[in-house]
Amino acid sequence: MGGEVVLLDFWASPFGMRARIALAEKGVKYEYREENLANKGELLLKSNPVYKKIPVLIHDGKSLSESLIIVQYIDEVWKNPPLLPEDAYERAVARFWADFADKKLYDSGTKIWKSKGEAQASAVKEFIENLKILEGALGDEPFFGGEKLGFVDVMVVPFVCWFHAYEVHGGFSVAAECPKIDAWAKRCMERESVSKALQDPEKILEFVGFLKKKYGVE
Amino acid sequence: MGAKNGEYEHDYSTMAKNEHKVRLLGAWASPFVYRVGLALKLKGIEYEYMEEDLKNKSPLLLESNPIHKKVPVLIHGNNPVSEWVVILEYIEETWPENHLMPQDPYDRATTRFWSKFIDDKFIPTLGMVLKTQGEEQEKAMKEAEEALKTLKRGGLKGKFFGGEAISIVDISASCLSIWFEVLGEAIGTKFIDSEKFPLISSWIEEFTSIDLVKESFPPRDKLRAYHKSLL
Repeated sequence: MGGEVVLLDFWASPFGMRARIALAEKGVKYEYREENLANKGELLLKSNPVYKKIPVLIHDGKSLSESLIIVQYIDEVWKNPPLLPEDAYERAVARFWADFADKKLYDSGTKIWKSKGEAQASAVKEFIENLKILEGALGDEPFFGGEKLGFVDVMVVPFVCWFHAYEVHGGFSVAAECPKIDAWAKRCMERESVSKALQDPEKILEFVGFLKKKYGVE
Repeated sequence: MGAKNGEYEHDYSTMAKNEHKVRLLGAWASPFVYRVGLALKLKGIEYEYMEEDLKNKSPLLLESNPIHKKVPVLIHGNNPVSEWVVILEYIEETWPENHLMPQDPYDRATTRFWSKFIDDKFIPTLGMVLKTQGEEQEKAMKEAEEALKTLKRGGLKGKFFGGEAISIVDISASCLSIWFEVLGEAIGTKFIDSEKFPLISSWIEEFTSIDLVKESFPPRDKLRAYHKSLL
């Protein structure tokens, strides 16, 4: 449990935010290092030679990448409070929804600002559909983890600060389409681990503007 | 579980859980279904295999995996589990005998990493080679080759990816055996040349020499004909 913890990250990355929230929930002290993705540092390239991406967690000199893997590692090393439930089937359900968020939310959200016209309209429809499915999984519980923030909450909540950018570009409202998700998001933001990790949605919107120029989407 | 103070102690909750019927909804050609079947076999878990016609999905499949409507689905008692990685972790946690994952958290993270890398890099190759031609197909094959180089540098720890015994990484890498071989034959190439990739080739030999591994492979001729029909 001892040993230095370093997180190589990028301020706007929802994947990095997952690691930040998990570490904060566990009360782990760590060094946050901002990476310049246009000019990746040596440590990043050395510690994630396969993908060269953030986030990378370096614990006691040993590095790991891929946010899903990092969060599970954090949960296994620093056991309290647990993020994954104890029961094997409930864990499988949690992993399923984390996988769903990975496969369905990020890609469809990205498509919204990366496309125009019909492609964009279809991306918006897909995103809302996926969000509604997640809303169904939440049910009437305060969190995906039940009474308390859990694994799925940690994996999904970072996208919340990107919603505003999706809404502006896609011309829709999460609160109108998925009121339970909206309420859940506000509930999560009441936790310091979340409010400190997530970024100002206006800054994300600005960042998306910069990305659009970079990718030539106008 | 075991004798304690002369009394035989039962962990009823675990026993009851472990005694519940296990069913696997699958499709014969699927490398994902194969992975789950192999994990069950390696753990000695009895299960009922149910073949799905993917063009005419059963009510049970649609009910058990309403979100993705895909195979494999593991149904344990009345509890369905979907997505091969999620299923494998569930199997590992529910039937801990014959570990498929290491115990140390860092080693587990590494195992998960390579397992995912293999899935991310090689499964799409199978799809792309089957669906595309010419330049696009060549590009897919080149990407697979690059991925093989990365894999050989990072993944192999010994006889198997898991070291001396099979781990989830080996199970994930099963797609490199019969599926890549048969696809290669269909298009007249060898994906895993033993001269270019001696370590991975010898892993394939080692891996496929295990009876349990071979037992549940799809029939070679049937798979070859199936790939050819898609090309």
